Amino acid sequence: MSQPVPADTWRREIDLPSERGVSRLVTDDLLEQLGIHGWSPSDIFAIHLAAEEAIVNAIVHGNKLDPAKKVRVSCEVSAGRVCIQIDDEGEGFDPAAVPDCTLEERLDVPSGRGVMLMRSFMTRIEYNAKGNGVVLEKIRVPADA
Amino acid sequence: MATHQRIDVSRLGDVSIVKFLDKKILDEAGIQELGLELFSLVEHDNRKAILLNFADVEFLSSAALGKLITLDRKVKAAKGRMKMCHIRPEILEVFQITKLNKVFDIRSDEAEAVAAFS
Repeated sequence: MSQPVPADTWRREIDLPSERGVSRLVTDDLLEQLGIHGWSPSDIFAIHLAAEEAIVNAIVHGNKLDPAKKVRVSCEVSAGRVCIQIDDEGEGFDPAAVPDCTLEERLDVPSGRGVMLMRSFMTRIEYNAKGNGVVLEKIRVPADA
Repeated sequence: MATHQRIDVSRLGDVSIVKFLDKKILDEAGIQELGLELFSLVEHDNRKAILLNFADVEFLSSAALGKLITLDRKVKAAKGRMKMCHIRPEILEVFQITKLNKVFDIRSDEAEAVAAFS
């Protein structure tokens, strides 16, 4: 989040408990702000999906629903860029080790699609070295591009 | 007949048409419940032709995809058939990215999907 940001950028930082169903504590406001800043419905869908997947991963796989651990979510929304950072207190994982869910032999495996969806729907996703923090960034593409 | 909280099930001939009652399928407890209701169509009600109508669904997470995959496996194991229809473009993109459009039989609308069962 080191890039210069426009003055009308909306920012939010929140610590979520490691419980199922708490992502709305941040995504409700995030979705509202995306609309206010003029993001298209399809972009809002994409950002919502990526954020939801990352938050659920942090709570369930990262913190393993440990009530003593928090998930910190930091958001920045402007008209041209969205950046969401999600950090958990778990042991981390190696995102490169996640099997490709689109391989023929894995198509009918019920789990393991979240990271691929995040990568597909965002401009950039970057995990920290430990693998317990991720930055999701989307740069808005002008409608006439 | 089971009472459902997450789906509405109607019949058209031999085809069971399933509509989702949640616009956003993302709450994990809800997804768990949804899975159980969908699976019971196969395991309890013994339905062999299932059409999932996504007309009212605006959003679904990868956890929901997992339930659809498991349902598809159960239907196939029971020698039944499952189809989907009325999937909005954003959700269709999710199926395409994950290549689940190769696994699922996706039709544009209910009439086309019902006809495809015969």
